[in-house]
Amino acid sequence: MELLMFYIFGFGAVVSALLMVTNRRPVRAAMSLVATMSFLAGLYVLLDAHLIAVLQLIVYAGAIMVLFLFVIMLLNIEEKEGLLGVNTILLQFMGMLVVGLLFVSMVSLFKGGGSLLASVDIANDFGTTKAVGKLLFTEYLLPFEIASVLLLAAIVGAVILAKRRIDDSGR
Amino acid sequence: MVTLNSYLVLGAVLFSIGAVGVFTQRNALIIYMCIELMLNAVNLTIVAFSRFLNNMDGHVYVFMIIAVAAAEAAVGLAIFISLFRNKESVNVDDFNLSKG
Repeated sequence: MELLMFYIFGFGAVVSALLMVTNRRPVRAAMSLVATMSFLAGLYVLLDAHLIAVLQLIVYAGAIMVLFLFVIMLLNIEEKEGLLGVNTILLQFMGMLVVGLLFVSMVSLFKGGGSLLASVDIANDFGTTKAVGKLLFTEYLLPFEIASVLLLAAIVGAVILAKRRIDDSGR
Repeated sequence: MVTLNSYLVLGAVLFSIGAVGVFTQRNALIIYMCIELMLNAVNLTIVAFSRFLNNMDGHVYVFMIIAVAAAEAAVGLAIFISLFRNKESVNVDDFNLSKG
């Protein structure tokens, strides 16, 4: 059962990720990315990371992707298809080659991970909101507070970058 | 049955797909989505290791990565709005102002 769910979610995540990178239309790419994130949330549930799975759905698939779609529709980008030059195709091929080498070197590092995940005993409350929250508010309190400052700085930065300057507001 | 390696390989595949997208796409918004996909692949790897080692510290790291990704999305999309206002385009080939 667990294996079947892993294959369903894993296959779905890979297919929707491929749909995203091969798409030229931003809205379709964004919807494919939402699908990828939802499948990843399912994988997090399989890994007993319940809080992270919910956060993935609410924050990533919900908030961040809505922000993406909002900006895509706000900008109303026209499609410029056009053929790529030979130079660009060569560069893209080289890029893919580098990524392929990266993938091979990553996979060749995976040794000793062949044991079954289900055979690892975990605590009863592993990955629940209570357990992760307790860790977050005791051991990792300082990083948590710094993250709130980071989010505040991001809000201020986004407002300053996106708003028009006062002197050219009349145009 | 599902082993740690299954999750690691899946994470590597998703990361590589994201990296291919960064190299092949010319639309800045889609490149940005590919970067988000790469962040997600790393999150999956961290959660898998966290389960394997029976240690919840990884969940806290993923929480922090999600917070940073949210901040990054807000600032990055504001930069794209600002760029689009100046150039009427989000194609990365149009932005060569730093070229010598």
